[in-house]
Amino acid sequence: MNWVVNNIGLIWSLTLVQVTLAIPPIILGFIISLPLGWLANRFRLTRGALLTISGLLYTIPSLPLFIALPAILGTGILDPINVVVGLTIYAVALMVRQTADALASVDPGTKQAATAMGFSGWSRFWKVEFPLAGPVLLAGLRVVSVSTVSLVSIGSVIGVTSLGYLFLNGLQRDIPGEVISGIVATLVIAIVFDFILVGIGRLLMPWTRADRTTRSSRRAKGIKAPGVRAAENPVEVMAK
Amino acid sequence: MIEFRTVTKQFPDGTVAVDEFSLVIPARQTTVLVGSSGSGKTTLLRMINRMVEKTSGEIEIDGESIYKLNPVALRRSIGYVMQNSGLLPHRKVIDNVATVPLLNGVKKADARRAALDLLDTVGLDRALADRYPSQLSGGQQQRVGVARGLAANPNILLMDEPFGAVDPIVRAELQQELVRLQRELGKTIVFVTHDIDEAFLLGDQVVLLEKGGRIAQKGTPAEILSRPANDFVATFIGADRGRRALRVEVVNGRNVVVDADGRPTGVLQA
Ligand SMILES: Nc1ncnc2c1ncn2[C@@H]1O[C@H](COP(=O)(O)OP(=O)(O)O)[C@@H](O)[C@H]1O
Ligand SMILES: [Mg+2]
Repeated sequence: MNWVVNNIGLIWSLTLVQVTLAIPPIILGFIISLPLGWLANRFRLTRGALLTISGLLYTIPSLPLFIALPAILGTGILDPINVVVGLTIYAVALMVRQTADALASVDPGTKQAATAMGFSGWSRFWKVEFPLAGPVLLAGLRVVSVSTVSLVSIGSVIGVTSLGYLFLNGLQRDIPGEVISGIVATLVIAIVFDFILVGIGRLLMPWTRADRTTRSSRRAKGIKAPGVRAAENPVEVMAK
Repeated sequence: MIEFRTVTKQFPDGTVAVDEFSLVIPARQTTVLVGSSGSGKTTLLRMINRMVEKTSGEIEIDGESIYKLNPVALRRSIGYVMQNSGLLPHRKVIDNVATVPLLNGVKKADARRAALDLLDTVGLDRALADRYPSQLSGGQQQRVGVARGLAANPNILLMDEPFGAVDPIVRAELQQELVRLQRELGKTIVFVTHDIDEAFLLGDQVVLLEKGGRIAQKGTPAEILSRPANDFVATFIGADRGRRALRVEVVNGRNVVVDADGRPTGVLQA
């Protein structure tokens, strides 16, 4: 405990670093997955290819990836960009399938009604399909958020300092307080992110809170996301 | 007026849903397409607003080919009401009703005001305006669906089994409402159903369909009742089971009309 009190400034600044490194991959992963998930959902041919590729991406071990990325990107070995790019790849790997499933969860009757009303393809996507896919998209985003927050720590191994540093340094110097504070801070960030995501969801999707469950949310609950399942166990994510 | 001229629709899997269909649908009247499931009713209806593209033939509205028009613009000019309402679950009732005017660029405040008036028109309490569709009963949802179909004040209203999923009492109520509305509004309504009683109740012109959109008989309800064209029609309208057979019994010196089960349905006027 003494260690924590004496190093609260360090813990705080590393927490900020962790947050700064975690946010871009979550947002980028969401944005990049949107067109890919749309493509996967739209054509049978692209579905198999995209889902297989994104599934494979997630199986790349993180440490070798972080080490290989500087060579591929031409960045410095200590550049935080490497971590951001690496984590974005994992976020996309998780989110593409989820996005495809989310878009598939939208009631075809509702889509046809939208067409009948005179929505053009583009506006139908943004004003009808995208919002109605929201609950399933959000479910995926929450998994991506937890996964990303914990994976940022791996960057410490290759010298991109974050909360992972407390874990490594604490182990080396045998300071349990340091190890634990790193883990607790990571957990707190993950929980706060999850709260924020759920809050944004409530704000943007008020209809899901309507008295009776809506057609789309009922569907959303029945949706399984096999690609995401594996990552839902936080221990597994940590172990990456 | 809507005119089908030898229209055929073959789906990519080879199904010929509509085979050389020709029909004139007069303006400001209700034409009901009635037939069993799979007879091509929905396909016919959706060819009018080009949600389904024809394989061959020609469809005209007021003498102009619909294929010269932009499909999105065409759909915005035609009201569409479907089974299970097809309301957008993420939009409040009022915004659902205002959908098409908003797409047409009407100002939000104006569109909402007009939408409130439409709730009155279809017999819905304005207090429901801020609810989401999932918070309404099936019957209320269908009324919202009708209001939405009318919102852009279209000349043509397409209705695909709009009352098929509500219970019989609510259905009867909605049918009566539609009769009243049509008396006031005089739209060109194309109404699809598999319920022959509904067809006779609502239709100025009733078109009985067999598989492939083949017309078994068309005419006013009275024409079809008085002279079913063939056994298929007779079976479909229930004439073969004596279901349509009313007889007159004299009671207290007056002519009472009695149905097949012996229940009185009314009194003949001299
Ligand atoms: N998109 C489609 N692809 C292939 N076949 C279709 C499609 N839509 C409808 N059909 C077929 O066309 C026929 C007519 O369908 P439909 O117009 O929906 O009939 P109804 O509305 O009278 O029940 C049916 O045999 C149906 O299976
Ligand atoms: Mg149908």
